[in-house]
Amino acid sequence: MATMTMVQALNAAMDVMLTRSGDVVVLGEDVGYFGGVFRCTDGLQRKHGRARVFDTPITEAGIMGIAVGMAAYGLRPVAEMQFADYIYPACDQLISEAARLRYRSGGEFTAPVTVRAPYGGGIFGGQTHSQSPEAIFTHVAGLKTVIPSTPYDAKGLLISAIEDDDPVMFFEPKRLYNGPFEGYHDRPVVPWAKHPASEVPDGHYAIPLGKAATVRSGTAVTILAYGTMVHVAMAAARDAQVDAEILDLRTLVPVDIEAIEASVRKTGRCVIVHEATRTGGFGAELSALVQEHCFHHLEAPIERVTGWDTPYPHAFEWEYFPGPARIAEALRRVMEE
Amino acid sequence: MDAPMPVPAPLSLHVPEPPQRPGSEIDFTGLAVQPAGTARRPAIDCPAADMTDLAYDLVRVLDDQGHAVGPWDPALAPDTLMRGLRSMMTVRAYDERMQRAQRQGKTSFYMKCTGEEAIAVAQAMAVDRSDMLFPTYRQQGLLIARDWPLVDMMCQVFSNAGDRLKGRQMPVFYSSKEAGFFSISGNLGTQYSQAVGWAMASAIKGDTRIAAAWIGEGATAEGDFHHALTFASVYRAPVILTLVNNHWAISSFHGIAGGERTTFAARGLGYGIPSLRVDGNDFLAVFAATRWAAARARANLGPSLIELFTYRAAAHSTSDDPAKYRPENAGAHWPLGDPIDRLRQHLIALGVWSEARQEDLAREVAEAVQAAGKEAESLGTLDKGPYHSARTMFEDVYKTMPWHLERQRRQAGV
Ligand SMILES: Cc1ncc(C[n+]2csc(CCOP(=O)(O)OP(=O)(O)O)c2C)c(N)n1
Ligand SMILES: [Mg+2]
Repeated sequence: MATMTMVQALNAAMDVMLTRSGDVVVLGEDVGYFGGVFRCTDGLQRKHGRARVFDTPITEAGIMGIAVGMAAYGLRPVAEMQFADYIYPACDQLISEAARLRYRSGGEFTAPVTVRAPYGGGIFGGQTHSQSPEAIFTHVAGLKTVIPSTPYDAKGLLISAIEDDDPVMFFEPKRLYNGPFEGYHDRPVVPWAKHPASEVPDGHYAIPLGKAATVRSGTAVTILAYGTMVHVAMAAARDAQVDAEILDLRTLVPVDIEAIEASVRKTGRCVIVHEATRTGGFGAELSALVQEHCFHHLEAPIERVTGWDTPYPHAFEWEYFPGPARIAEALRRVMEE
Repeated sequence: MDAPMPVPAPLSLHVPEPPQRPGSEIDFTGLAVQPAGTARRPAIDCPAADMTDLAYDLVRVLDDQGHAVGPWDPALAPDTLMRGLRSMMTVRAYDERMQRAQRQGKTSFYMKCTGEEAIAVAQAMAVDRSDMLFPTYRQQGLLIARDWPLVDMMCQVFSNAGDRLKGRQMPVFYSSKEAGFFSISGNLGTQYSQAVGWAMASAIKGDTRIAAAWIGEGATAEGDFHHALTFASVYRAPVILTLVNNHWAISSFHGIAGGERTTFAARGLGYGIPSLRVDGNDFLAVFAATRWAAARARANLGPSLIELFTYRAAAHSTSDDPAKYRPENAGAHWPLGDPIDRLRQHLIALGVWSEARQEDLAREVAEAVQAAGKEAESLGTLDKGPYHSARTMFEDVYKTMPWHLERQRRQAGV
């Protein structure tokens, strides 16, 4: 057991998997000698060698195509996209190829690729270093999508993602890399060491994909969140003094419908939170699922708290970010019904 | 019966690695640098196939004594040279000031172009003011050489109330239609094919303007680079395609971009595009090569690819620490020198310049940058404001704001 940041936990997950299986390789822009612009692969090349942890040319389409080819041979590539905002050039290889390879080859060829990408805002990255594009990928049949919110989960989920036999999009909330974040940008930064989920076991452990975690039990309302927003939702429930049950979904596809259903049936109210833009966001899917599965238990309309439907602005980062105040407002609205 | 096949040896993967890493001294002795003045200058209608040598050679004009030699000497008037020197010095002083402002928390991020000042400055001077430029984040010199106000650039960096981009873009992602400077994208490479599209449009409309685009050697791996060269070649687009080989792409050396096997200029040959490899720290060589390419484009002879061979002397950005991946102070040892020093030396060799005049100019430039800095800061900084109204965040997503954005704007209370 050691206290780790999310960066260290992700590093540990890749280290464990590189050690356990000679089929695991790590590739991406600046991931080799340097260890990644966010340091997630620090030291891995030195330990596992240049043929297993290496820098790639700057071409996301290339990285993805190469990863699919490696997977076809039988490797398990872990491909880092330097920012989620830069995945788009890789979309053809991801959506038309990796996601459908199993299906179109009748299970003969598969693409067990893990695509890691720092995502989300909160670091003044402007519109091309802040996006949350998860819904683009949750929409694609054949891809799984995973988003951790703590170091403990990050390691266990990344190990599961690498072990998974299907392509997995693994989005890492970059605002959480070095500490939890409640959404109060003007308060001092808190290190992970103060958070219980920074205790990370040594060696191999897996957190199954498709399982949510109840991070706060409550009876008044269910909050569905993932990534950074889990911490923001916790702060909002605390500050609004609402006895919310907060589910950290962890995996968006396949989503843990049983956990959602059980919680909303109990509370009768639901607030969905994500940082991504609203229209066609994953919250829309969640809202539809809750309506389909829990309609007769709902006592108030489902609320969504999301990023605005604009690009992520540089100067207005905190006006854009769906912080605790906006979540608290939504909580009050559903409680008034 | 055939003899049994020998058992093949196991394969192994080649992963390029730079010759030196932190802890050892930088060593450029392996670098083949041709003497100035030796590269030939073909006619502008020379087909790519008849000038393949120039994609491997190095066009240089300024020799070690600061004399302009050989067929590429653009024979510029001293006034033009002095203008170039002033612009390059302004770029450097501007970079210093903005980097300092970032360190002081006045903005979030900054990117310098130290060692690469000759590129944008000489190239802006070598094309017409009405030609359209599609830069990367390291061509601030284009705006400065076009006399775009420093205050305006600084306001963008500060995301303040005077920012023409309304605080929307990260620092240095400038945009100015008036300056013929296309909106910089954070996504590498996209501008390259866009520039070719603009150039094709100019040809479709029977215009006389040409386009110019820049890309880093690292970003040439992106598909857009290849799309650009394909279209430029097929449609003989009037475009100057500059490829800045500063040897680094954040922590990746040029070998990761394919520089171990061939030159970057040679990539153009496969597309049938006349391609030059040029000393990017030589103001005169950069100017001359760009003029040559501009003349080709304007004569409807089509695109040219220019690799500018240079070195990223500073960090990639304020978020980067090169001491983690390359020997310290590597830029100071670059065998092709510093572009500002070399042009100054040339002016002195011409007998039109002196150390005293150099000092005067340095002072003038420093004062101009300082005055601009004060004025820009009076319009706000990222840490303290003032900014545009947060309401502007919802504008320009579409030409007219749809109902859902209108509603979100009201919800945001702005
Ligand atoms: C599509 C895309 N992928 C990755 C990045 C991250 N990134 C920003 S700059 C950079 C290095 C670019 O190097 P190069 O093209 O050589 O230009 P230089 O910085 O040397 O001027 C990288 C990888 C990006 N901005 N866009
Ligand atoms: Mg470069």
